[in-house]
Amino acid sequence: MYNAGKIIIGIVIFLALITAPFWYNLGRPSAPPKLEIGTQEKQCVESKAFMQAKHMVLLDQWRDEVVRDGKRIYVNSTGKQFNMSLQNTCTKCHSSKTKFCDRCHTYLNVAPNCWDCHIAPKEQEKLAGRSDK
Amino acid sequence: MDDTRRSFLKIAGLSMLGFGAKPVVDAVAGTGDPKFEKDSKAFNGKRWAMVVDQQKCLKAKEGCKDCVTACNSAHNIPEFNNPKDEIKWIWQTSFEHAFPGQENPYLDEYIKKSLKGLPFMVLCNHCDNPPCVRVCPVQATFRRPDGIVVMDYHRCIGCRFCMAACPYGARNLNWRDPRPFIKKENPEYPTRTRGVVEKCNFCSELLAVGKMPACVDACKDKALVFGDLEDPNSEVRELLRSRPTIQRKPQLGTRPQIYYIL
Repeated sequence: MYNAGKIIIGIVIFLALITAPFWYNLGRPSAPPKLEIGTQEKQCVESKAFMQAKHMVLLDQWRDEVVRDGKRIYVNSTGKQFNMSLQNTCTKCHSSKTKFCDRCHTYLNVAPNCWDCHIAPKEQEKLAGRSDK
Repeated sequence: MDDTRRSFLKIAGLSMLGFGAKPVVDAVAGTGDPKFEKDSKAFNGKRWAMVVDQQKCLKAKEGCKDCVTACNSAHNIPEFNNPKDEIKWIWQTSFEHAFPGQENPYLDEYIKKSLKGLPFMVLCNHCDNPPCVRVCPVQATFRRPDGIVVMDYHRCIGCRFCMAACPYGARNLNWRDPRPFIKKENPEYPTRTRGVVEKCNFCSELLAVGKMPACVDACKDKALVFGDLEDPNSEVRELLRSRPTIQRKPQLGTRPQIYYIL
C-alpha cells in the first residue's frame, strides 16, 4: 500500500470525528423527562406499559375506527368503555400537553402532528403554545 | 436409554401440535381483547337525507342565519372575511346560482324577476353518486354505508381534485391556517389545518351520539328536515311523498340527497 502511514492516520482521524458525538456523550446519560400526568385517575385506557409503548398505535386505531367505521366506543381489555377521542377523552386526564405529551416527544425528537387540528387542553400558565408555532 | 427414533418423533409431533393449537385456543377462549362499538344512543339511519322547506325559510325573519352560525360554531369554521379564503359548510346563495338551467325560456318575466336573487340554503348534497369520492386519489373522501359523504382529514393531501369535481361548490381548501380566524373554539370538535379540504359532514359526530345535525337543531322555523329515506315513516319521506321537490343540478347524475320544497 502506498502512503500507508498517511492513509491510516487519515482513517483514524476520520473515525474519531465521526464518532465524536458518542464520545462526547459517553458517561453522562441524559435523564429521561419527568412527565406530569395531571390526574388523580389510577388507570389509563390500557396498562401503563402498553400505553408507553403503543399509545400511537392505539390512537391510530381509534382514528380509523371513528372516522372510517363510525364506531366511537372503545371497550378495553377489562371491559370498561371509553369514548374514542383524543380531544374529549385523553386530554380530560392528561390535562397538560406541554408537561405530558411534549416533554417526551421533545426528548425523543418526534413531532406528531395531532395538535395541528386537535385542540390542546387549556392550561393554567400561558406557556401553552401550539406545536406549529 | 431406549429412546428410539419412533418415540422422538411422537414427542416432536405432539409439541408441534401444541404450537398449532395456541391461536385456536386464543380465538375460542375470547381473551380480553379490546373491542370497538357504536354508541348505544347513536341514530342508525340507512340513508340520511335532508329536505329544505324553502317556503318556511323565506318566511323566516329577515337575514336569519341561525343554521349557518350554529354550524360554524359547532365545527370550528373560520371566518376570513375574504371570499377567496372562505370556508363554508352550509351557506346562502341565490336561486339562479343554486338551480341554474331549471327555468324554461318562456317563463313569465315577472316570475323570473321574483325568483332572481331569492336566497336558498345550500350545503353538501351527500350524493348517491359522489364525484368527489371518485376523484380523491387517497380515499380521504368516502361514502359511508348510511349515505353520508365524509372526509378523513388525516388523509387529505390538499390536491383539490374533489373541489374541481364537486358541481355544487360544497368544498373549500384551507389556504391559510384557520385557527386564528375561529371566533370561539368548540373544544369538542377539532379544527382543520392549512392545506386540507373540508365540507359538511351531516354532523356525523352528533348523529353518533343521538343528536340531530346542528343546523337542523338551530332552525326555529323547522325549515330543515333531516331523516332516514329508508324509513317509510320518517318525516323526510312524508314530505317527499306529499310535496313536489327539486334537487340541485339533477341532470349531472350525481343523485343529490338534499331536496328543496319551492
